This record gives sequence, C-alpha cells and structure tokens, in this order.
Amino acid sequence: MPYTININGVSHTVDVDGDTPLLWVLRDVLGMTGTKFGCGMALCGACTVHQDGTAIRSCIAPVDSVGKSAITTIEAVTKTPGGRKIHDAWLDLEVPQCGYCQSGQIMSATALLASNPRPTDKDIDDAMSGNVCRCGTYVRIRQAIKQAARSTAEKTKGG
Amino acid sequence: MITDRVGGTAPIAGAGRGLSRRAVLTAGAAAGGGLLIGFRLLPATNAVAAPEAEALAPNAFVRIEKNGRVTVISPSIEMGQGTYTSLSMLIAEELEVDLAQVSVEHAPPNDKLYANPALGFQVTGGSRSIRGFWKPLRAAGAAARSMLVSAAAGMWKVEPSSCRAAKGQVVHVPTGRKLSYSALAALAAKQPVPVNVALKDSKDFRLIGTPAKRIDTPAKLDGSAVFGIDVRLPGMKVATVTACPLIGGRVADVDDTKARAVRGVVQIVRLEKAVAVVADHMGAAKKGLAALSVKWEPGPGGLFSSAQLLEHMKVAATRSGAIGKKEGEAEGVIAAAPKRLEAVYELPFLAHATMEPMNCTVHVRKDSCEVWVGNQVLARAQAAAAEASGLPPEKVTVHNHFLGGGFGRRLEVDYVSQAVAIAKQLEFPLKVIWTREEDTQHDIYRPYYYDRLAAALDDKGLPTAFSHRIVGSSIVARWLPPLFKDDLDFDAIEGAAGVYAFPNVLVDYVREEPPPGLLTGWWRGVGTTHNAFMVEGFVDELAAAAGKDPVEYRRALLDKAPRTRGVLDLAAEKAAWKKPLPAGIGRGISVVFGFGTYVAQVAEVSVAKDGAVKVHRVVCAVDCGQTVNPDTIRAQMEGGIIFGLSATLYGEITIKDGRIEQANFDSYRPLRMEEAPAIEVHIVDSKEEPGGIGEPGTSTIAPAVVNAIFALTGKRLRKLPVDASELKAVQRSSN
Repeated sequence: MPYTININGVSHTVDVDGDTPLLWVLRDVLGMTGTKFGCGMALCGACTVHQDGTAIRSCIAPVDSVGKSAITTIEAVTKTPGGRKIHDAWLDLEVPQCGYCQSGQIMSATALLASNPRPTDKDIDDAMSGNVCRCGTYVRIRQAIKQAARSTAEKTKGG
Repeated sequence: MITDRVGGTAPIAGAGRGLSRRAVLTAGAAAGGGLLIGFRLLPATNAVAAPEAEALAPNAFVRIEKNGRVTVISPSIEMGQGTYTSLSMLIAEELEVDLAQVSVEHAPPNDKLYANPALGFQVTGGSRSIRGFWKPLRAAGAAARSMLVSAAAGMWKVEPSSCRAAKGQVVHVPTGRKLSYSALAALAAKQPVPVNVALKDSKDFRLIGTPAKRIDTPAKLDGSAVFGIDVRLPGMKVATVTACPLIGGRVADVDDTKARAVRGVVQIVRLEKAVAVVADHMGAAKKGLAALSVKWEPGPGGLFSSAQLLEHMKVAATRSGAIGKKEGEAEGVIAAAPKRLEAVYELPFLAHATMEPMNCTVHVRKDSCEVWVGNQVLARAQAAAAEASGLPPEKVTVHNHFLGGGFGRRLEVDYVSQAVAIAKQLEFPLKVIWTREEDTQHDIYRPYYYDRLAAALDDKGLPTAFSHRIVGSSIVARWLPPLFKDDLDFDAIEGAAGVYAFPNVLVDYVREEPPPGLLTGWWRGVGTTHNAFMVEGFVDELAAAAGKDPVEYRRALLDKAPRTRGVLDLAAEKAAWKKPLPAGIGRGISVVFGFGTYVAQVAEVSVAKDGAVKVHRVVCAVDCGQTVNPDTIRAQMEGGIIFGLSATLYGEITIKDGRIEQANFDSYRPLRMEEAPAIEVHIVDSKEEPGGIGEPGTSTIAPAVVNAIFALTGKRLRKLPVDASELKAVQRSSN
C-alpha cells in the first residue's frame, strides 16, 4: 500500500510493502543515495538518519513505522545549524578517508550534539560506538565532535 | 573540487547526464581545443598530431581546458588513501597551478596508458601510487607547463627562457606581461611536446610536502559522493545474490515459488554457483532472497573445517621449502648453538569487510557491455566483463567510482564476473549488491600462515643465526602467475628476516593451499604485515631471553640501518619509553620496513580480569622519505593502526562443515569508537625518495600490541587474534 513519509521537509508517497526498510525506500525508490547500506542489521550505523531529531538505523526501520515523523538525511542535515558545525569540523580536520561510513557518522554526531552540547569522551563513546569505520577515522571523529562542541560553546558564550 | 564526471555517473539523474569516460575525453579534446598531454584518443585533427600522441601515450594524465580548468586524469583509484589529492599535487607542483584549480577524473581501463610504472599494469595497490607516479606525473605537469611557456613566448616573440610560469599564468619577466593558461591552452596544444623537461629541485617545492585539503572531502560530507553502490540508471533493477555457502560447491536445486511471490521481485536468475533475486529495490530483493529455497552441492574439498586445514599446515611445516633468502649457514649454526630459541607463530584467515559491500552495476546489450563499479584493477574488471558477457574487451566500457574501502578486496574481479553473468540474462540494467553476510562469506581471504622461527644466541644473547619457514597459500601464484617462480611467492617472504642484520639467515617458503573454492588474496600489507607479526614478536622473545630491554636489543642489531634506527629511537623517545608507566599498563615496540617506508610503533595496553585487551595509546614514528601530503600520511598511519588493531584483537575467519562461520559485524568484529586508542604520529623530515604509506601503519601494530601484553603479563602470544581466555588470571605488572 502507499505510504506518505516526510523526508527533509518534503512529502513523498511510496508504494511498497510496509515492512520495507526505510533505507531502501530512500536509496532505491526515492534515489537519495547519501544514506548507506553496510550491514542490514543495525550493527554498523552506515544507514543512520534522524527521526524527529533522534538517530535511528534506517536499515531496520520499516517504512510503516515512519508515520508522520520528520526524517532527516545526510542530504539535508548540513543545512541545519547543528549539522553545519559538524560538517565544518569534519572538513577542517579532514575526517573522511574512503568516506562510505561518514554519512552515518555525521548523522550520529549531529544527534549527539543536539541532545548533549558538551559531550565527554564517554558520551562520545556511547553515542558513536554503533558507527563502524573500517578506514579507522575514529581518532579524528572524536576530535571533530569536540571541535564542533567548542564552536557551539564559543558562539553561545559570545552571544 | 571534483567534477560530477568523477566516477562517470551522476547519482540520481543516471546515464543521461553522465557521458562515458571515453566520450568525455574525446569530446573534451575535440570541442574544447584545449591542451591534452599525449592522450592517445585524440582525434587526428587535434593539434597534438597522431604520431607524437602515440609516442607520448604514457603521459595521459593532464588536460587543460580553454577555460583554464586543469583536469588530472588519475591513474590510481580513490579508496580513502587520498591519492586523488596527492597525485594531483605532483602535477600541480610542476604545472604551477594551485590545487583549487584542479579537477580529477578517473582514468578509463587501459593497461598501457595507465600502468603503474612500479608494477607494469593498471593497479592501485601495494602502497605504490606515489612511488610509481612520483616522476611520471611531475614530468607530465612539467611538459604541459613547458608548452604553455613556449606558446606565450611565441605570441610575444621572446625567448622562452625569459618567461616563467606561476599561479596558472605565464609571465614575461623583463616586461611583466602576463597570459593566463586559459588564453594559452589552444595555442600550447600546437607546440611540440618536450621529451625531457627538468623537474624542480625539492627545495623549490610549493605544494609537495605541505598539508593539502583533500579534493574528495567535500563530496563525502553531504552524501553527494558517488560510490559504485550509488549508481542509478533509467530502468535499472536491483539484485542480491546467494552464492553456494559450501566452499567450492554449486547449486543443486532451486525452489523459487515463494521468492517470486514477494512483491517487487521481478525474476530469479540461476547461475552454476549462485542464485540472484532481481527486484524493483533491494528491500524486495532481500525479502525474496530470504524466501528462496536452495539446495547446495558440496565442493570437491567436502565439508572440511579449519582444524583440518591446520593439521595440513603442521605437516607442511616439516618440509623444506623454496629458498627465499640464504646467507651463511643458519641451520648448522642453530643446530650447534648452545642457546637457541624456536617458536611457531600463526595468523588466521581474514576478511576485508569493506564498509561498502561488493556490488557492481551492469548493462549488457546485444553488442556492448557497460559496467559501473569501484575496483582497484580496472583493466582486469574490463577483461572479466568481456569474458562473462562473451564480448570483446573493446565493446566493454567500465566506469570507475569511489571505493567504499578496498584493502585489497577490490583487487579482485569475482563480483564483476558474477554481476555480468546475471545481467546478461536480462534486458535491463542491473545493480547487484551483496548483503553483508554474502560479503563476509564469499570474500577472498588473507591467507592462513603457520610459520616456524628459530634463532641461535651468543653468550651476550645476540643472535648468531635466524631462520624463518613460512607456510601458507600463494596469492602470487593465483593472482600474478608469471611472477610465481621456482615455487617461491615473493610477497609471502617480504620482510621475513625483519629489519636486522643477522649473521646467518635462512628464509624458506612452503606453499600449502586450502581446498578448491577457498581463495586467498591481498589484504592491506599481506606479506609485510604477516612477517612483521612473526619476526617482531620473535625478536622480542630473543630480547627477553637475553634479559635486554626490547628497544636497546633492537638498537644493537641496527648499527648499519640508520633510518630504521631513526624511527625506533623517535618512537621510543616520543613514547617516553624509559619512563615508568602506571600500574596495570604495559608497553611494547615493533619496527618494520616495508613499501619503501620505515615505521616504529609503541603500544600501551592493559588487560582486564576477563582477559580483554585494551590498547590505550599508540605512538607511531614514520620515515617515508619525501612527503607529498603530510596530513594524508598521518591519516593513513592512524587508519592503518585501527585496521590492524581490528585484526589483532578480533579478526578471524573460521570454517566448519565446509562453511564460513562468520557472517556480519557481530561475528566478524571490527574495532569501534570506544576501543580506539589515542594515536600520535611523528613524521621524519626527509628528502629521500618517497615510500608508500597505505600499508605499513597496519603492518607494525600487531607485534607492538603482543609485545606490550608480554611486558605486562609475561604471557607471550604467538597467534592472532588475541585470545582473551589465555590472559585470564595472568600476573600483571607495569614495565
């Protein structure tokens, strides 16, 4: 049956089975390929998107679970102020290598800072441990999250 | 920046927007009238006449458009190692343009034009891109610059020697007149192509050796980078496959009734060894795959297990092998020595587990085959597609894309052959995507190694002889058969005698292959990574037997190896080797030469009560000669260490009843954020020839970790991955 879902502020109607993972609706039906497939079992985080601001794994989220919630993907997240800060820190520190996991990393990091503007190392571990990077960019991801958090703090301080 | 032609195809608009690579190049030359150095496909009407073009065919690397845009045609593929940027820096340095002016296009498959000079064919691997192209790409840039200068001098009717190039312009020095490259490109194309243009002295480098922003980073931050898996074509369907899970086996029977009933499933395609479910989207394809019922027939090796393979290797290790290195009489000296050490070291089969699972998009038409893929050996991909489609190679077009990880897995073309075999049974373009489980269970694995090492020690504990017998399958014999000579796999013995000057040395190699169907292949560093673990662990044992400090012991053996000793000393100094550590932390060191690069690493570890190992900090010293992009060197060391740590602590592929036991990231475990150590990288300032950087960071870490575990616990681990059960209840002390 058709499902109408809200992706990046735009309404889309897709005619697929209700148990179709959101990941494949995004990638194959709607053609938004920034969200990546890595494992299909919520083990690697490459498919991370935001549902009403919370990071979820789209590879195990059936399309019929989306309802009226607002889904945000990598294609739009850097247009949000929080996403922009993460983007800028990622760019400044040259985080990506192959880059395949980075959509998911950026989505998780953005959700983390939105809920926790000054994360500790432990907070970063907890929020990011579900996102695998085989190139091993973890060192820079950690630095970049801290840099983005500092830029938020400085901006707040400076008014 | 990268033009949207990198990778060949726009992510969503599909083939309609993307011209084929060959068409892009030809059209660019014909319509643009720009300067293209020696590109063989230039039409005869172009300024670079055909004979000269033929003669200059190896330098098909740079194009300057009439609008001044510089396009680098990268002979190496980008899989995260930063090569699009560092290769572009080589050209931009001599061409006298800034990197911001450069776009990158990927080279089409062509073993003649785009062979890596260090290897002789078109391949991205072996940490060879900078080493192979260090001179050719600077020469390509210099030739283009020289032609631009000649064109300007001709217009001004002055001597070329009175002109110089800088920042995308040619300046007539005495008068200060200037012409931009865009104004000169068409005229420069009519200049004869110079053969030998002097290259800059390293002291004059503007770009080389300075940190550069990576050209590919912006596209990797907003979802716009196009990996192979992201290709979309009009009318395309998506398939997922199950190949026979019994190693070497085949399809016996398929019941696809339920699979075909799944909404969105279009067709089931049966191959000899695999079944594919073709659907409107991957969600339906996966659902169809789950509903498929397939009976499998075992392979010729039967329902074998890892334990059986290990027994075969133990037997093989009693045979003498092909001699890889022989200096003096190591066997005799060891046999007669009053003090000797012997040990067996083992390494498991490993999967690559690239984040982007294997995939390939194919459109087979009656008289052509078009392939979209991420692959490290494009001409091989083209040949594989030709064979599978039954078409001649010239009818096969291959578009390369960003690789979501390579690590040697994409030096294979099995997934290309398979995708073409499926797609040729269909009327429409098809994207074949492997599930993670398929990717893990149908990898081409890093070989299992079972090595015997021995050494004789004098009364001071210094080695008087060293022997190393390597037992494992041969990657070279399968992958590059002409180079498998006299039963010797040159890669398997790479670094087998370590970095030291042993007075008597014997290295031999015994080839022992697993049953048919279980293929072994390249894996980040292979030979060097394997031998570094064996040798650096064993040398640490020698140091302990001699009662010496691991750093001092190694130093004493590195008298005549200043660069090796340099990185050893630098890592030790930066890690404050002599300073005591807090209780519960141990440190270990290792030093490796490989890929033209010297690396030493110090690892600091702790062991929990349950035996779990945590690596807290790694200090890495690297001497890779002249640096090109130092930030990329840091990144490759950081990433190489993390990649090596996954293998050190967790990586293991095992076989039971003829099947691979691991499937997804829960059973084939990668290192995660909370397990990642702090990493410091220290780069030696050097003007020596550049070395490779993609692999040596990985090669060095495993022995540093096991040596640290030994320092902390007294427990010597000679087999990976680290077995936590062996470390339960061991004594812990700080060193």
